[in-house]
Amino acid sequence: MSEAAYSRPSIEPEWSLPSRGRVGMFSLIAAESAVFTIFVVAYIFYIGKSLAGPMPKDVLETPIFITICLLSSSLTIHLAVRALRNAQLGAFRLWWFLTLTLGAIFLIGTGREWQRMISEKGLTISTNLFGTTYYSLVGLHAFHVTAGLLAIALTMIFTLFGKVKPEHSERLDIFSLYWHFVDVVWVIVFTVVYVIGR
Amino acid sequence: MASETIALSDAAPGARSIGERLHEWVVTVDHKKLGILYILYALFFLVIGGIEATIMRIQLIAPHQHFVSPQVFNRMFTMHGTTMIFFVAMPILFGFGTYLIPLMIGARDMAFPRLNAFSFWMNAFGGLLLYFSFIGGNGLFGAGNAPDVGWFAYAPLTARAFSPGHSTDFWALALLVSGIGSIGTGVNFITTIVSMRCPGMTLGKMPLLAWLNLIMGGMVILAVSPLTAAQIMLCIDRYLGGHFFDTQAGGSAVLWMHFFWIFGHPEVYILIVPSFAFASEIIPVFSRKPIFGYPVMVAATLCIGFISFSVWAHHMFTVGMSASGNTFFTVTTMIIAVPTGIKIFNWLGTMWGGKIEFRAPMLFAVAFLFQFLIAGLTGIMLGSSPFDWQLGNSYFVVAHFHYVIVGGILFTVFGAFYYWFPKMSGRMYNEALAKWHFWLFFIGFHLTFDFMHIPGMLGMPRRIYTYEPGRGWDIWNLIVTIGVFFQGAGVLVFVFNMLWSMMKGKIAGSDPWDAWTLEWSTTSPPPDYNFETIPVVQSRRPLWDLKHPEDPDWKYE
Repeated sequence: MSEAAYSRPSIEPEWSLPSRGRVGMFSLIAAESAVFTIFVVAYIFYIGKSLAGPMPKDVLETPIFITICLLSSSLTIHLAVRALRNAQLGAFRLWWFLTLTLGAIFLIGTGREWQRMISEKGLTISTNLFGTTYYSLVGLHAFHVTAGLLAIALTMIFTLFGKVKPEHSERLDIFSLYWHFVDVVWVIVFTVVYVIGR
Repeated sequence: MASETIALSDAAPGARSIGERLHEWVVTVDHKKLGILYILYALFFLVIGGIEATIMRIQLIAPHQHFVSPQVFNRMFTMHGTTMIFFVAMPILFGFGTYLIPLMIGARDMAFPRLNAFSFWMNAFGGLLLYFSFIGGNGLFGAGNAPDVGWFAYAPLTARAFSPGHSTDFWALALLVSGIGSIGTGVNFITTIVSMRCPGMTLGKMPLLAWLNLIMGGMVILAVSPLTAAQIMLCIDRYLGGHFFDTQAGGSAVLWMHFFWIFGHPEVYILIVPSFAFASEIIPVFSRKPIFGYPVMVAATLCIGFISFSVWAHHMFTVGMSASGNTFFTVTTMIIAVPTGIKIFNWLGTMWGGKIEFRAPMLFAVAFLFQFLIAGLTGIMLGSSPFDWQLGNSYFVVAHFHYVIVGGILFTVFGAFYYWFPKMSGRMYNEALAKWHFWLFFIGFHLTFDFMHIPGMLGMPRRIYTYEPGRGWDIWNLIVTIGVFFQGAGVLVFVFNMLWSMMKGKIAGSDPWDAWTLEWSTTSPPPDYNFETIPVVQSRRPLWDLKHPEDPDWKYE
């Protein structure tokens, strides 16, 4: 194509478009939000509709500690990415490891909670409507935490081999969007299950 | 990015074995190859879905037929609906989008090429999973084979007690798997269009096809996800003994309807919006005029995108909702007709005073315009709840949505086939055969679906495997079935035309239609890298500017 045909007398501003990673991640988050919306709607719709016990007020214990852990991991991942961007690799490693630990504590906490409810209280996914909606909503969230933790652990392994460099900070920044999203979802799940649903 | 010139080698790739070439198609991440894979795989399922429809129509050609058993009839309508929506319409539109979007926005590939391949294979395996149910659906109970719960699979039909065996599991898993693929495609479309446009192509200068696919991508991620969530719930019910849709344990069957239709109605617009996109590319080129009311077109489509998420329960008037629910969904359904009407006037405005050339793509686009109008009118009729109480779940409804899906979507898809066939294959199709295809299919379509409204109004419910004589339905069913054979003949002509033209067609050249969008500026078929240098555009019709430097579009936009 000849240049002349396209040349326009005015001066064009420089051409820049939003980053692919961010747009893609925000789209994914939108899709995931829709999935969670359906599960939350089902949970709210079925509050108090169980025909047999155990009921939420009998078995649920508010998981304050693991909630604090998960929410603080949003802060640590943010600090980790900032450290990496500023080429402070030591600080990055520390914050990243802390994120991994906090996420793992959350997951272990959820697992212990489930174990208590299944073996002591006799509530399984097929016991009643509460069990069905509780395990699927909390489980769906825990699944997302697990997926995020796998990615964090993989990055940790790369970090230990010295493969993570400041130029990767944008990618980790985009990943951290996902992690923040998982945290926000937990705030909603927490509110619905442990505050409204009791 | 990637605006530097790539050094090209002119050496011929050399002869490769069939194995090597197949391997290349299987491992490809190229958007053009994946687009063609989508289209071919959808065409394969189109033929299968068409055969299922033909089996149903032969069964209904006259009262008291025994062509198939009631059980087989139930499987046929379930498989026909599921196949046509999820494994024909969606992949074929995704295929055209995947092929065309990067070419039309001046990019070398999609934003995430590997996600693109992943999405295609998820979709493809979803289709295989659905059809595997014919052999694998027996399960331990030895009951059933293919799913027979209807394409919207209302609870409690899907409960273990009423669907023993694995057929319903195959249905749920097929939709779950292909849904994940669709979400990937939605993410990819949005990101490609937002982040990969060539220099100068601001949002207001994108071809309408890119705009409409952007909106479609947004609808896919917001509408297919609820379906995915609902399928997860159904799997929990069936495999883990959950009670989401189990009325005996306090669960709600109506909740499934809501979850299904909050996907189901936007889905219709997910399918029709890319069809609008085809019409918006074809009609201007064959009217030799730029599109009339470009910003209004975009705004109207955005409106449709938003409102489509608030109309879903008009599928549920007969279930019995509150008066306020009925009113709300009647009103939203009426409102969504407004932007749709605006679009029809825009296309008419484009044709008005133009030098119209009735080549095959234009014939299909014009037929689409009129048929879609009628489909919209019966839609408004069904959207008013009192009317729907009378005709809901009758053949009138079947006629209405086939008017949308065949008369609207399939006609534009055929138009798109003929319009972009020269680009994809490098050869022209045979115009005479294309006209035969058009007229056969057009006559068949109207015989089948015009006359299908009448038994519906006379009270014939959908999904019955046979009926009593003397209810006034006989003659109409006969005409409807005759139409099917015309449509089948049209499709055969189409398939023959494609195959013949692929090998023997006239060489098309890069721009056979004297068109204006970027895909026509590169060779046919385009090289792997699409554009030797990344183009820079100044207006909505960059090729017009190139061909008419004395009177370019950007002076007026």
